[in-house]
Amino acid sequence: MQTQTQMQAPNQASMQQQAARGGAPAEDAGIVFLTLTVAGKPCAVPALSVRDVLGPQTITRIPLAPPEVAGSLNLRGRIVTAIDLRRRLGLGPREPGAPAPMSVVVEHGGELYSLLSDAVGEVVPLHARDAAPNPPTLDPLWREVSRGVHRQDGRLLIVLDIEGVLAFGPM
Amino acid sequence: MDDLLADFLTETNEGLVALDAALVKLERSPDDKPTLSEIFRLVHTIKGTCGFLGLSRLEHVAHAAENVLGKYRDGSLAVSGDGITLVLSSLDRIKMIVTGIERAGSEPAGDDQPLIAALDAASEGRAPASAAAMPVAAPVAPPVAPPVASLVAAPVASLPVAEAREVVVPEIAVPEIAVAEVAAAPRSRPAVETAPEPEAGAILAPQTIRVSVDVLEDLMTLVSELVLTRNQLMQLVRASGDNAFAVPLQRLSHITTDLQEGVMKTRMQPIGNAWAKLPRLVRDLSVELGKKIELDMRGAETELDRQVLELIKDPLTHMVRNSGDHGLETPAQRRAAGKPDAGRIILNAYHQGGHIIIEVGDDGRGLPVDRIRQKALANGLATEAELAGMAEHEIQRFIFRAGFSTAAAVTAVSGRGVGMDVVKTNIEKIGGTIELRSREGRGTTFIIKIPLTLAIVSALVVAAGGERFAIPQIGVLELVRVGGGGATVERVNDTPVLRLRDRLLPLVSLASLLRLDAPAERGEDAAFVIVTQVGPHVFGIIVDRVFDTEEIVVKPVAPILRHVTMFSGNTILGDGSVIMILDPNGIARATGVGADEVAEEASATAVANARSHSRTAMLLFRAGDTTPKAVPLGLVARLEDISADQIELSGGQPVVQYRGKLMPLVPIGGQWTRPEPGTRQSVLVFNERDRALGLMVDEILDVVEERLTIESQQDQPGFLGSAVIAGKVTEVLDCAYWLRQAGEDWFGPELRQQASARVLIVEDSAFFRNLVVPTLSSVGYEVTAVDDALAALRLREAGREFDIIVSDIEMPGMDGFAFAAAVREGGAWRDLPMIALSGRAGAADVAHGRDVGFTDYVGKFDRAAVLRSLADCLAHVGA
Repeated sequence: MQTQTQMQAPNQASMQQQAARGGAPAEDAGIVFLTLTVAGKPCAVPALSVRDVLGPQTITRIPLAPPEVAGSLNLRGRIVTAIDLRRRLGLGPREPGAPAPMSVVVEHGGELYSLLSDAVGEVVPLHARDAAPNPPTLDPLWREVSRGVHRQDGRLLIVLDIEGVLAFGPM
Repeated sequence: MDDLLADFLTETNEGLVALDAALVKLERSPDDKPTLSEIFRLVHTIKGTCGFLGLSRLEHVAHAAENVLGKYRDGSLAVSGDGITLVLSSLDRIKMIVTGIERAGSEPAGDDQPLIAALDAASEGRAPASAAAMPVAAPVAPPVAPPVASLVAAPVASLPVAEAREVVVPEIAVPEIAVAEVAAAPRSRPAVETAPEPEAGAILAPQTIRVSVDVLEDLMTLVSELVLTRNQLMQLVRASGDNAFAVPLQRLSHITTDLQEGVMKTRMQPIGNAWAKLPRLVRDLSVELGKKIELDMRGAETELDRQVLELIKDPLTHMVRNSGDHGLETPAQRRAAGKPDAGRIILNAYHQGGHIIIEVGDDGRGLPVDRIRQKALANGLATEAELAGMAEHEIQRFIFRAGFSTAAAVTAVSGRGVGMDVVKTNIEKIGGTIELRSREGRGTTFIIKIPLTLAIVSALVVAAGGERFAIPQIGVLELVRVGGGGATVERVNDTPVLRLRDRLLPLVSLASLLRLDAPAERGEDAAFVIVTQVGPHVFGIIVDRVFDTEEIVVKPVAPILRHVTMFSGNTILGDGSVIMILDPNGIARATGVGADEVAEEASATAVANARSHSRTAMLLFRAGDTTPKAVPLGLVARLEDISADQIELSGGQPVVQYRGKLMPLVPIGGQWTRPEPGTRQSVLVFNERDRALGLMVDEILDVVEERLTIESQQDQPGFLGSAVIAGKVTEVLDCAYWLRQAGEDWFGPELRQQASARVLIVEDSAFFRNLVVPTLSSVGYEVTAVDDALAALRLREAGREFDIIVSDIEMPGMDGFAFAAAVREGGAWRDLPMIALSGRAGAADVAHGRDVGFTDYVGKFDRAAVLRSLADCLAHVGA
């Protein structure tokens, strides 16, 4: 069965829109992100891109698909392509016996994709002052998918770029 | 852009399309008053609205055109080809300006003065000032513009002075133009005749309303979701047995189906819409190329899905241009060939099953098979040997390969080599197929078959490798149960095949293809074969289970999966699970079946022909005397008809230069007198790798398919015996004998890897002995053949030594199994490798064979496998 949580951030909407349009965010305003964990690595995606957060789902395998594609799932009548973030980010497979992954459903180019993560955190505002570009020592694979890093609560969040995450396989 | 402008653009575009067709019609029948009125009305409307909207460029051009048309309408100016051409070019200019407005919101800058001057001159009955001043109209709708551009320049340049009435004499010289018709009602050269259209030239206004395409799309999506939910509910009701929901749900189901059909109808459009531009196109083409072309469009009211219509518009246009450009000959050439002056391009559309069939054909010169062959060779698409073995229709299909074009010159119209492969791909993308039929000198027809709609299809749900898939019902010809009491899957050369009513179907395992875990070696478990067809190739897909048929909503796969050609989409089943939809075209391509793969078909046919108890295609001919003679068609590479002059003598032996090599010619019937010069000699060509041999015959009679039973086996050298074929006593050729007549050289060792390994063949059928023996001898084996197992054992007693034994299984008396057992029991041959040859190669037989001591088990007439097996077994002995 699927458990769903709807994303809501109405109070942030206008600020988001302003930020999304590329304008400099207002002084102390932050952009809202959803944090998630992949193989222990803390990551974040822009909250406005997220359509749904789902619990463990039945995922149908897709033969001959690139290894990063875990399969597809049915979300209220729409087909969602599930991306295995562990694979995509070059991290090891899940330990046997570990709980099934959560789905963070995002929309890109009119299609729905589910980013399979080990755990989903919370919605937090991240301030521009805590942002930093990718460290030069960052693994090239991560560079593809990361927009930068953010300091938050004493840890370093990697901000995922959805387009970068989806750029794999023969295109 | 504001609504007013947008509406204007939509209406003007529609008007322009209608104008094209109407003007062409007018040219053909200048006295057609209703058409003329309609044309005038349309142009007048455009002019008026332009003025109102302040689009001055458009207004001026339209005004000038309207002047000419006004003069036509009140009879003060006669309709002429030039005039029509000018009006058409003014329409093109209008189209160009309209496109500019669509893009930028306002009229593009430009100078129409020369065009307007020409129109004014025409309306006053004068010739335009000078051809050079006429600017070339910029390309608007790419297929139409270039010919129009040259069209505008050419005839005007050659327009004789003063008389607009005069028929244009184009430098595209076609001297037989009906000059006689100049006087009363000057007609332009008979360019295009469209099929008889409804009487009223006026464009009828049916009861319709305009609906935005987006609204319809949304409606379609909603209905699709409704269908899915309905399926889910039905599934639940079925599962939970009889209850109160069943009846209302049944009703809901019916309503949903009706709604689905209704909405699908909104997407249906007559194919005539895609054909609307063709009369104009063909007219321009005929002028540019100097050919007379008649366009015959049938079935324009046949409806198909809007989406599909969009996708085939361009391919159809391309094919029509090809027909006009390459297919049809010039009037002079046609007359020389005894055809009517005007070439015909025929479009025919009709429904068949869940498909729409569209035929595009011409009665021109047909596809040049030899040129295609050369081109294929030059482009490295096939070797000489492969080409020699191909039937004509297979060679014709080379035109569907990428970059292929045999056009001697790349014209503006076609011949850029970017053609038919794109057409084929586009058609296959929407689940369609394209076939072609062509006869040199007679014409070419393309037959396109496409599904009526893409959105909701009936699909068969199957399982393979633990996963479920859907196959569109349309692609499924048959379902066959195999194993466990059903049909048997046999193996030819390790490839699984299924014998289905006299055809050998190549099979492909879905689980292996998709790299899923398949259950190890099937054995006796039941499986299913889905028989499907891609183009002319029929093949079977092996799956584990077949469920039922469901109506599914086809959803395209995500972009990151588009490269997996095996799937044409995915869908959600009634139980909520997501499954992939298989694409038979993709499967065919992936396995090399179809996709113009010829070798499989050829070898399958060869195997089928070699079985004597099934029907064999026999070539009947006469040679030497009146008794008809026959040879299995599968053994004959080609039939040739060579001129007597080409026959030369080499060392007393007649030869002919054939495809760059010397081919020895052997007369059947002993004596041979050189035929009179100027006459022709029929020759049956046999191929052996890169060597050819020609058997000279008097006359080729026929090809029949019959069961071959050789009745009396006389000892007449050169013939296996007599059989009754086509009701007559016929002598059956012993190929091996004749091949030897060509000289020792024929069996000269090509590969002497096993320096004269000695092979014993045990085969009761003379027919097969005579097929197998030359095969083996020609690669250098020293072959001894006996016709039954006992004779073989006698040879053993006599102390004969061999290196390897090849034995048939099905023999009267002692059969192959018993023979093998006897050999293995003891004696001189106990350790020799033994190969079983049999028409039955099921898993059980193979196992049995191994049990009794055969080293290998090969399908009876798979030549390549036999040779390979021999090589392997002998190699092992040596090792």
